[in-house]
Amino acid sequence: MTPELQEAGAAALARWREKQAVDGSSGGRSASFGRLVQGHEPDFAHGVALYLDDITVSFDGFKALNALSLAVNVGELRCIIGPNGAGKTTMMDVITGKTRPDLGTASFGANIDLLRLRENDIAQIGIGRKFQKPTVYEQLSVFENLELALAADRRVRASLFSRLTGTQLDRIGEVMTLIHLAPEAQRTAGLLSHGQKQWLEIGMLLMQDPKLLLLDEPVAGMTDEETERTAELFLSLEGQHSLVVVEHDMKFVDQLTEGWKKVTVLHEGRVLAEGTLAEVQANEQVVEVYLGR
Amino acid sequence: MMSQPAPRTTLLSPTGWTAVAIALLVVTLVVPVLNLAIPDGSVFHLSDYAVALTGKIMCYAICALAMDLIWGYTGILSLGHGLFFALGGYAMGMYLMRQIGRDGNYQSDLPDFMVFLDWKALPWHWAWSDSFAFQMLMVVLVPGLLALVFGFFAFRSRIKGVYFSIITQALTFAAMLLFFRNETGFGGNNGFTDFKRLVGTPIAVPSTRMVLFVLTGLVLIGFFLMARAIVTSKFGRVLQAIRDAESRVMFTGYDPLAYKLAIWTLSAVMCGVAGALYVPQVGIINPGEMSPAASIEIAIWAAVGGRATLIGPIVGAFFVNGAKSWFTQVVPEFWLYFLGALFIAVTLFLPNGLVGLVGQLRRKGKKEAAP
Repeated sequence: MTPELQEAGAAALARWREKQAVDGSSGGRSASFGRLVQGHEPDFAHGVALYLDDITVSFDGFKALNALSLAVNVGELRCIIGPNGAGKTTMMDVITGKTRPDLGTASFGANIDLLRLRENDIAQIGIGRKFQKPTVYEQLSVFENLELALAADRRVRASLFSRLTGTQLDRIGEVMTLIHLAPEAQRTAGLLSHGQKQWLEIGMLLMQDPKLLLLDEPVAGMTDEETERTAELFLSLEGQHSLVVVEHDMKFVDQLTEGWKKVTVLHEGRVLAEGTLAEVQANEQVVEVYLGR
Repeated sequence: MMSQPAPRTTLLSPTGWTAVAIALLVVTLVVPVLNLAIPDGSVFHLSDYAVALTGKIMCYAICALAMDLIWGYTGILSLGHGLFFALGGYAMGMYLMRQIGRDGNYQSDLPDFMVFLDWKALPWHWAWSDSFAFQMLMVVLVPGLLALVFGFFAFRSRIKGVYFSIITQALTFAAMLLFFRNETGFGGNNGFTDFKRLVGTPIAVPSTRMVLFVLTGLVLIGFFLMARAIVTSKFGRVLQAIRDAESRVMFTGYDPLAYKLAIWTLSAVMCGVAGALYVPQVGIINPGEMSPAASIEIAIWAAVGGRATLIGPIVGAFFVNGAKSWFTQVVPEFWLYFLGALFIAVTLFLPNGLVGLVGQLRRKGKKEAAP
C-alpha cells in the first residue's frame, strides 16, 4: 500500500466521521433492545399526561423532528394539525417506542420514561395508538379482534388457557354497540368497509382501556355521517382519557375543539403555533406554511 | 346491556370427532389386521410395502402439520424444517447404531463407520447413546434448543418474511455440510443404516414394524388434536393476529417475540419427533434429509393441502407423497413435471389448497340449491 493511498484513506475516514457527528442518525438503535419495566403505574398527580421535551429525530441528516416540545394534560383532547411532512407520524412513533429519538425526553405521567420502553410495554402502561391506515386482523371476526385487544394478561401461558368471563363479554358487547358494529360481530374484519375498519380499530383501542389515545387521521375515508359520529364518540371520551388527534379535516377539528380547545400546529418538526383553531388560522406564519408564499 | 353470543370454541365439530375416531380405528385396528391377520394371497391383504409407505407418509404429515402452525397460522415461512426432522432422526439413529452391538461387519463394539475411520473410542457426543431414554430426550431437546436459540436471535432482530425463509434455508444447508464431514461423527455422507434392533427386539420383523406404524399414527392424531386446541385458543388467535398485522399486536401490548418463539420451538420439536419415528421405519438417515429441497417439499405439502386448516397439510402430505411413489414406480421420468404442474396449479387456481377446493365446491353447491 502506497503512502498516498493511506493518506487518501485516512482523509476519507475523517470526512466520514465528521459527517456522522453532524448528521446523527436514528436508524442505528433498535427499539427491540429497550429495557423491560413492569408493574409501574404512571403518576398523574401533576395533571400532565404526556410530556415531550426537545425531541429530535433525524433520518440521514433530515430532521423529521427538530427540538419538539409538547405537553398534553390529563383528560385533555388535543388536536394536532400541520402540512404533510411536518413530523406528526414520527412524533407518534417516538411516543409509542417505534422510533428512538437522538435527543430529548419523553415521559408519560411524571414518572415513566417512554424512551426506555418497548412498544408492547408502552401499550401495556396505557398508551393506545391508531394507525393512519386502519390496521385490524383481517382474517378474524369483529368479536375476536376486540377480544384480543381486551385488557388482560398478555403472556403466552395466560392466553393459552384464557376463558372469557361474563364481565368481559359484556364489555366487548358494550364497545361493539359504541362503535356501531354489534350486528357485524361474527363478520370477518377484512370484509368491513373502510370506515367500519377505522371504527373497529378505535374500538380495539377502547378495549385496551388506555389512559392516552393517539389517533392518526381517524376519519380518513369516512363518510360525513360517520365523521360526525366519530366526533361525538371522541367528545364522550374526553375527560376520562387523554386524546391526541392528528387530522387534516378542519371541519372535524372544529367539531372536536368546540371553538375553545387548544390546537397545535406542527411544521418542519417543531411546534409552529398553539391556540384555538380560530387563532391559529389567523396566524400569519401558519397561513404561510399552509398556502405557501 | 345486550350480551353478544360468544364464538364457539369447541375443539372439534361432531363430524371432526367422527373423523378422528375413524382415523384411530384405521391406524390401530384395520391396518394391523389387514396386514398381519389376512393371509398373503387374499385381496384384502395389505402388503408390508403399503404399511411401510403409509407409516413414512404419516411422519411427513406430522412435519406438514408443524409447518402449518408456523406458516399457515403465524405467517412465518420456514424453509429449514427438514433440519429439525433430520436432527430428531439422527438422535434416534445414534441409539439404533449402538443397538447393532457386535453384529456389524467389523464385529466391533463401535459402530462400523467409526471402525472404518480407525477411531478407537466413542466421541464425547456418543457417551449416552446406549441409553434409549437419553436419546429420546435428545429427540426433543436438540431440535427444540436449536430452534429456541436461533428463533430468539432471529425474532429479536425482527427478521421477517423472505429474509427469515432464506436464513432458515441457509441454516439447514450449513448443517448438511457439517454432517457430510466424517469428523463430525455422524457417519458422513452415508449416515446411519443397517439397523438391527430397537429396544432389544429385531427391527425388521412385521410385529415391530406394526408397533412403529401404530405409534406413528397415534402421534399424528395426538399432534393434530393438540394443534387444534392451540389454534382454537386465544393463543392461536394471537398467532393469526401476528400473521395479519404484527404491528397492531405489538401496539396492543403483546410481545410477539414470546409468541413466535413458543410456536416456532413447538413446531421444531414436532418435526424432531417425526424424524425419530421415520428412521426406524425407513432404516436409514443421512444428511440428504437436511438438503434445502427436502425442507421446501414440506412447504409444498402444506400449500397443496391448504394452509391454516390443519387437516389440509396432512391431506397434502398424503396426496403429494402418494403421487410421488406412484409416479416413481410407473412413469419415473414424469414425476418432476407433475410436481411442477401441481405447484403451478395450486398457486393459480387453489389459493386455499385441496381442502379449500372442497369448501369452494360445497359453497357453490349450496348457492345453486338455495334459489
